[in-house]
Amino acid sequence: MRYESPDTLEAAAKLLASESGEARILAGGTDLLVQIRAEVLSPALVVDIKKVAETRAIKEEAGGFRIGAAVTGAELKEHSALKKVWPGLVEAANLIGSTQVQGRASLGGNLCNGSPAADSVPAMIAAGAIASIVGPNGRRDLKVEDIMLAPRKLALQKGEIIASFLLPKRAPHSGDAYLRFIPRTEMDIAVVGCGVSLTLDGSGTCTAARVGLGAVAARPLLVEDAAKALVGTKVDDAALEKMAAAARAACKPIDDKRGTIEFRTDVAGVLAKRTALIALERARKA
Amino acid sequence: MQERVKSPKFDVVGTRPVRPDGADKVTGRAKYGADHNVAGQLVGKVLRSPHPHARIKSIDTSAALAMTGVKAVVTRDDFKDQSSEFVPAGEMLVNYRDVVRNVMAREKVLFEGHPVAAVAATSESVARAALRAIKVEYEILPHVIDVVEAMKPDAPIVEDGMITVGVTPPPTKPSNVAKRVEFVLGDIEKGFKEADLVIEREFNTKPVHQGYIEPHACVASVSEDGTAELWTTTQGHWIARAHCARLLGWDMTKLRVTSSEIGGGFGGKTVVYLEPLALALSAKTHRPVKMAMTREEVFKASGPTSGANVWVKMGVKKDGTITAGEAVLKYQAGCFQGSPVQPGCMCAFAPYDLANVKVVGFDVLSNRPKVAAYRAPGGPISEYAVESVVDEIAEKLGMCPIELRLKNAAKEGTKAAYGPKFGPVGMVECLEAAKGSPHWKAPLGKNQGRGIAAGFWFNIGGETTVNLQLNEDGTLTLMAGTPDIGGLRASLAMMAAEELKIPYEKVRPIIADTSSLGYNFVTGGSRSTFSSGLATVEAARSIIKQACGRAAKLWEIPEDAVTWESGEIKPAGDNAGKFKPMTLTDIAKVAGKTGGSIVGVGAISAQGAAPSFGVHIADSEVDPDTGKLTITRYTVIQDAGIAIHPAYVEGQYQGGAAQGIGWALNEEYIYGDDGKLQNAGFLDYRIPVASDLPMIETIIVEVPNPRHPYGVRGIGETAIVPPMAAINASAARATGVRMFELPLSPPKVLKAMKAAKKA
Ligand SMILES: Cc1cc2nc3c(=O)[nH]c(=O)nc-3n(C[C@H](O)[C@H](O)[C@H](O)COP(=O)(O)OP(=O)(O)OC[C@H]3O[C@@H](n4cnc5c(N)ncnc54)[C@H](O)[C@@H]3O)c2cc1C
Repeated sequence: MRYESPDTLEAAAKLLASESGEARILAGGTDLLVQIRAEVLSPALVVDIKKVAETRAIKEEAGGFRIGAAVTGAELKEHSALKKVWPGLVEAANLIGSTQVQGRASLGGNLCNGSPAADSVPAMIAAGAIASIVGPNGRRDLKVEDIMLAPRKLALQKGEIIASFLLPKRAPHSGDAYLRFIPRTEMDIAVVGCGVSLTLDGSGTCTAARVGLGAVAARPLLVEDAAKALVGTKVDDAALEKMAAAARAACKPIDDKRGTIEFRTDVAGVLAKRTALIALERARKA
Repeated sequence: MQERVKSPKFDVVGTRPVRPDGADKVTGRAKYGADHNVAGQLVGKVLRSPHPHARIKSIDTSAALAMTGVKAVVTRDDFKDQSSEFVPAGEMLVNYRDVVRNVMAREKVLFEGHPVAAVAATSESVARAALRAIKVEYEILPHVIDVVEAMKPDAPIVEDGMITVGVTPPPTKPSNVAKRVEFVLGDIEKGFKEADLVIEREFNTKPVHQGYIEPHACVASVSEDGTAELWTTTQGHWIARAHCARLLGWDMTKLRVTSSEIGGGFGGKTVVYLEPLALALSAKTHRPVKMAMTREEVFKASGPTSGANVWVKMGVKKDGTITAGEAVLKYQAGCFQGSPVQPGCMCAFAPYDLANVKVVGFDVLSNRPKVAAYRAPGGPISEYAVESVVDEIAEKLGMCPIELRLKNAAKEGTKAAYGPKFGPVGMVECLEAAKGSPHWKAPLGKNQGRGIAAGFWFNIGGETTVNLQLNEDGTLTLMAGTPDIGGLRASLAMMAAEELKIPYEKVRPIIADTSSLGYNFVTGGSRSTFSSGLATVEAARSIIKQACGRAAKLWEIPEDAVTWESGEIKPAGDNAGKFKPMTLTDIAKVAGKTGGSIVGVGAISAQGAAPSFGVHIADSEVDPDTGKLTITRYTVIQDAGIAIHPAYVEGQYQGGAAQGIGWALNEEYIYGDDGKLQNAGFLDYRIPVASDLPMIETIIVEVPNPRHPYGVRGIGETAIVPPMAAINASAARATGVRMFELPLSPPKVLKAMKAAKKA
């Protein structure tokens, strides 16, 4: 196994593109190294992207934030400006694993590991995050909800690297939240995950919303019908019920060791409501 | 700590000194199984079956052996077959015919993870590559996983030709039922006729793993002259020696086994898995061979306890008198016979003084790893079912569950359904303590429920040796041979200090190897503080006797004219006051001149072990939308006899409760239709994490065991018996639904709540 740690994305993309065997990007390694040790993966080339400045920085840009793909959960939590505007996303990233894991785990790795249950992804989808991708043919943007296609399958081409994520400028009276259901209290994988972001007008009516769901289908979902159920309402019980029903309708889960189809579908609705209420509370205060 | 019975005044017993092994454990110096390394050691790895059930047609190791760095391969051909015979080991019986097959598959592989070959190589990566190079040809056979399925007449047969024992006339057709056992007291038909209320329920539980944090690991080194050293993490190194010597055909004296510090065992480390393989590989190469399991291997190939199907029927009068108890227990044994169904039967109704009892048990094979002992093996399963029915009876009669239990509680003189009459036991005292506890009286919040359940475990004694040597400066070295899992060294040093009237710090206890001390049976059956404690007291008394003899010699007076009084040797009778009293330190200084080293040996078969009863109170809160249960408060009340070191007694109580909470809420072996285990890791095999648990409160009840000089009862196992029923009862009140299956995982609880709402 060859290890490289170039300083630029261009060099990294070139290394990845020219490797004939299996090549992998290394961010925090909390998925990759575990999979290598378990002999699930045995890449010929590992390219560490952490020496590339863009992947490790959090910057304000166009009124929003650009977050490097390899920034860790712990670093997100320590960034008070970011945390103030996107508390839900920061909390989602900090649900990952334990304190030790959060010192390494990144948003890019969480998304690109390709698990439908990844915790930060529904929160990023709800936030409307846009990935900036660098590959052998230059740079392009892709919405986060369009990146993962199926378990372990991404819309990235050979040699492409997510450099950073752009979180758009926030309107006043906006809030976001993320909740997951796990049978324990920590160190577990989401049986259902839900991210909600919404914006209110001066009268408290919801003017915009985004709802992301994880672990209920082969990929994390942007549930537009659930968002529509909230827009134009005061996010009252009736709206929340409608939203929960839409969230349930979007689920296409499987029966597995972590939960049944029936359970996941039920709980998706429950979590959608609970998450929306937290986001609502935050929007009212913002 | 609340003391129920006034204990005699002791200087050391009952205090809470720091454990002698503590500093090394918290600084990382303590050496566990995988911490031992020897110059020149090879890495041993096991090739395991990918199939749950298959005939092995051939094994070709030639390509692996030809690889650079591969030093040896062993397969079934390297182990002689053994005759079928049962011998005691730990709390269970073993049959070497099965042990040799468990260590290395012979005719068939019987579970996914069954060892098929082992290699020794110069590095881990070479060893792994060698495993991939071994070619095994299998003829895949149909498999069976579930216990009820395995008992069906058309089920695939795990052990060819097995005929059920304990049935007359013996069946003519082979089946997966190894054994039927039955315990009867009185006349249940008569008992049920006397009842005003009869409740009959069927329960199912899943296999659960002991979940010790330290995986199995060992280092074996066989020299050119055939003598061997084995370093291993085990609950019983004499048993490990016996098993290995037997499987390899060696004289026991050639094999010296040292037990490492142990990172949990809970019964699961009374079995050999890697040790015979490492020794066989080392014997071939004359290089030390180190082997360690991965967590996946621990789950797939070391013993969980049984999953079971249990049917219970109980009759009761309106006033709460239980008139009859009947149960049928079907326990999974795994791929070889020997589930803990017998102790399960014996425990089922043990907390109660009943006139009419009948319990029938079946020991059933299926294509799973062979079960190993797990804390009170068998008891938690049968008592979960019985105590859940007792709770339902209390509810139906509108009686307080404590009062119902008090009315029927076993006490001194009660004849247990499994035979013996109890001596002084603490069931009533535990119930009274529960009734008086702050927890029982505390108010409950919304969506919360409170449950209570009792539990029982026998506890054992058995063969034990302790060696106590008086050093030249008056300090003592104590050698015990029951591996210290829960604070044994501290407790033994305390009993020696108490007996010898010297400070605790003057006694340094160690766990000696098999060549340094007489025979010791395993740490299991909650026996180590009881049995090694007895042997320690015997050794200490021998030291006192010898020291008195030395003083007599010095003073030139008869031995019987010397007495021992609170730590001093004094001339007595006519000689009283004639010589200056001597301490043990004084004697130690002149030992060389008065006859040589002073060594006390306690070599005993400990008798008089006494059972421990416990009562647990659990509060759970349900999230009504997701079915998730959270344990919000928990109290363990248990009879310790006398708590030598109360902190370690409390630790055992808390540990048993924590494991029981896992068993009740989330732990289970999950198999696919392909017969393969789907959750062989801590991510999906959900033992509780720290934040899942409330602070577990403890109340130590002390009803001394009259057969032990310090009143000790075993306490390690009883603590895991009541949690499942206590939590089940609390969940029934929190959710409004009675459930009959473990674990009480959120999907199941939500489904049950939704079904109840519809009904
Ligand atoms: C003990 C433990 C607990 C965990 N708990 C959780 C949990 O609760 N919730 C959860 O969601 N996850 C959990 N995880 C999984 C893991 O920690 C997260 O998915 C984490 O976010 C991965 O980030 P990383 O930087 O470590 O990724 P890495 O392991 O470095 O990479 C993961 C994958 O993404 C690819 N990759 C990484 N960065 C990029 C990039 N910029 N562009 C393209 N591809 C890239 C890598 O090639 C690799 O295939 C846990 C892991 C462990 C070990």
